[in-house]
Amino acid sequence: MSVESLPVLKPNDFASDQDVRWCPGCGDYAILAQMKKVLPDLGVPRENIVFISGIGCSSRFPYYMNTYGMHSIHGRAPAVATGLKTVRPDLQVWVITGDGDGLSIGGNHLMHAIRRNMDLNIILFNNRIYGLTKGQYSPTSLLGAKTKSTPMGAIDNPLNPLSIVIGAEGTFVARTIDTNLKHMGAVLKRAAEHSGTSFVEVYQNCNVFNDGAWDYAKDRDTKEDTTLELEHGKPMIFGKNRDKGIRLNGMDPEVVQLGKGITEDDLLFHDERAPEPSLAYLLTRMRHQDGFPEPIGVFRAIESPRYDELINDQIEQAKASKGPGDLEKLFTSGDTWVVE
Amino acid sequence: MQLAGTQFTNTSALAGNDVATFPDFPAEIRAPRGTKAGVSGFQIHFSSHDIYTPGDTVDALVAMNPAALITNLGDLRDGGILICNESAFDKKGLAQAGYATSPLEDGSLEKKFKLHKVDMTKLTRTAVDGLGLSQKEADRCRNFFAMGLVFWLYDRSLDPTMRFIEDKFGKKPEVAEANRRALTAGYNYGETVEAINTQYHVGKAELPPGTYRNIMGNTALAWGLVAAAHLSGRRLFLGAYPITPASDILHELAKHKHFDVLTFQAEDEIAAVTATIGASFAGEMAVTASSGPGIALKGEALGLAVMTELPMIVINVQRGGPSTGLPTKTEQADLFQAMYGRNGECPMPVIAAASPADCFDVAQEAWRIAVEHMLPVFLLTDGYIANGSEPWRLPEVASLKPTKVKYAEPLANGDGSNGETFLPYERNERLSRPWARPGTPTLMHRVGGLEKQDITGNVSYDPANHQHMIETRAKKVELIADNIPPQKVDGPESGDLLVVSWGGPYGACATAVHAAQAAGKAVAHCHLRYLNPFPKNLEQVLRSYKRVLVAELNCGQLRSILRDKFLLDAAGLNKVQGKPFQVGEILERINTELAS
Repeated sequence: MSVESLPVLKPNDFASDQDVRWCPGCGDYAILAQMKKVLPDLGVPRENIVFISGIGCSSRFPYYMNTYGMHSIHGRAPAVATGLKTVRPDLQVWVITGDGDGLSIGGNHLMHAIRRNMDLNIILFNNRIYGLTKGQYSPTSLLGAKTKSTPMGAIDNPLNPLSIVIGAEGTFVARTIDTNLKHMGAVLKRAAEHSGTSFVEVYQNCNVFNDGAWDYAKDRDTKEDTTLELEHGKPMIFGKNRDKGIRLNGMDPEVVQLGKGITEDDLLFHDERAPEPSLAYLLTRMRHQDGFPEPIGVFRAIESPRYDELINDQIEQAKASKGPGDLEKLFTSGDTWVVE
Repeated sequence: MQLAGTQFTNTSALAGNDVATFPDFPAEIRAPRGTKAGVSGFQIHFSSHDIYTPGDTVDALVAMNPAALITNLGDLRDGGILICNESAFDKKGLAQAGYATSPLEDGSLEKKFKLHKVDMTKLTRTAVDGLGLSQKEADRCRNFFAMGLVFWLYDRSLDPTMRFIEDKFGKKPEVAEANRRALTAGYNYGETVEAINTQYHVGKAELPPGTYRNIMGNTALAWGLVAAAHLSGRRLFLGAYPITPASDILHELAKHKHFDVLTFQAEDEIAAVTATIGASFAGEMAVTASSGPGIALKGEALGLAVMTELPMIVINVQRGGPSTGLPTKTEQADLFQAMYGRNGECPMPVIAAASPADCFDVAQEAWRIAVEHMLPVFLLTDGYIANGSEPWRLPEVASLKPTKVKYAEPLANGDGSNGETFLPYERNERLSRPWARPGTPTLMHRVGGLEKQDITGNVSYDPANHQHMIETRAKKVELIADNIPPQKVDGPESGDLLVVSWGGPYGACATAVHAAQAAGKAVAHCHLRYLNPFPKNLEQVLRSYKRVLVAELNCGQLRSILRDKFLLDAAGLNKVQGKPFQVGEILERINTELAS
């Protein structure tokens, strides 16, 4: 079938017949809408797309997509997706997870899915709270966060999702924001197009249990000073007046004011294809509370061998060297004897 | 020692004997040599008539050191042959085993057994002299010397082992030569030394005609899975995490990639089972294999498998529990776990293999039930079957029955937007739902662990629907009883006593019941392959005897289920020592039951 003859799909073709049941005002709606908008552009038939999720508010996502899908169990979506993609590399597989699902109960699977670099697209909705279980702190809740389970404030250090992903050998690492629709659409599209595991952290607002967690990065008045839009090959400039930048001082990044002897050439230039992840890692460490703008966009996008390809290559190699499986040959391999 | 045992087994099988083996080794990889903890044993029973067990007591025992002697001497029958490696009975060796004086010197052994003291260390070193081996390397050949001696004792051919040495050590010619020399030296020692004056010849067993090979349970299980996938025309996916005694299934399947077998060594037990669920959702033959502790971790995911009603096989090679328990020892104490070990009302079918070769058939049967009824199936084996071996008559490939996989067909008319809608939980007469493969147009659907609305599969919190679905899932398992053979018994159809068994004790029970029957007792043996659901005629079978005795290597799990189901006053013969039943202890109990 030629590409031309594929039916042209619209966002609504990806909507299932189920009522969406997130709280009114939840950031998840925007992500769902962008996903439906992006998928028709990818040219993959709906029946070849599978959404796998774990447990949590974000994990209801597959029910609302008119594709194949599984709402699995807490934390295990990357593992379910791994089995699926191993036997069916032809399918486009998305994993939808959250900060609790992906980083707490499912941290082990996330790490291993990323290091295997199967062709999966993992989208982590980060709202720094447990929403479905009604308001306990999560692995990304800030130190001191007062929640139902931490009335005197959280005392465990939060995780930085993207630092973990780079530590686990992530080949596509990106961040976007639920209200920044255009940016989110572009990042999701690039994630889908990447060959290997794509990991996208979405700053997502839980307006019921942790409202405003990302306001600094979303507010019209502050967002240009608190975020830094990464562009490959471009200097890291930010600020309402595009007059601030990121410079490397020894091993540490620092915010500098452009002008007064500091030019664009002094700044860090973003290279998402750098084979070494050191600079990408450094970018993941830049946090608002430490006075840095938080980068959004693609931190890293490199090519690396994929488990789903390698495992199937080994099958082909084995068939080529031994011939296709033959039960008769299998049974009679080794020592046998005949009883008359 | 395990290698020597395997060689002796294969050689005996090739000589036409019926064989049954019982490897017994420590959980520690390198438990200190010479200590009781480090004793690695291999018991083999070979015979010119058909046998079902590795035997209760042994006729001949080879003890490579005092610790091995003290650990296994109780298994040697009075008057049996005892061969001891004399040089290992030095001060250190005796102390490690806890002997104050050498039992080889105080005359105690000669009174009961035919004792042969052989300085295997010295003889082996002499045999390999001149090959440039270090003393440590030379001493490693000792087991081949011992094997050669036993080969002479039982008139076995050295040829298969010579071939094995060439295959295994061919790349290190000096090691291969040393092992060949040690083997030959042991054989010649037996022939030459007049102290051992009897050679035994065990003739061919009368097995049904056919081509045979010796096979271990885990291998047979892996081959059964390969055959099932191959005949169904499906890829075979195994999700597994290393665990004793199930790992050999992973190792074996990893060798058969040319059969389209994909083995996934997961990051943990949970990933192993959830990846298996993913592979099943994808439409392929999906299997996960583990042992008790691993199955415990898989519990939540098995609930998801039950909810999503996807076909897959869950293998539990049982070992001694609870917790880490006795990893290398056998037990049957995970029946309750298979039956009930999940949250909620979560029934799963359970079947069990009876012997190493039976694993081949049971693997295929598990797949048949999984596909025909669209659900996950528990397959139980145990360490005794998994590592034990027996002759296996190779099946004709044409005689194997393929399980036909039928996926849901695309709808003629749309996907819901224009009329016809795919209903993932619409059921057939077996209450099984369609298997809709991703990639099939018009069948896009979502499954998950939340309660499903009947027929549509949509999420539903409706109270009446929940009860209906729980009852439906239970009924679905019950209906399997219509699709399995009726229960048979070995022996009279009614009588004084019925011995009931499942899993590994099959051989010991069959042998004991045959012995009782030969003594004129009205005893029959009922061995269960299907544990959930039971065959439809089981109650009638059980009620045809005055007494029912359930023999199992646990504290009475099957017995509890039989009592629960049939209000039946069954008695139990239970053993939890990490060891299989001996025929003698079953026979003794049969006699007690009949006498009371």
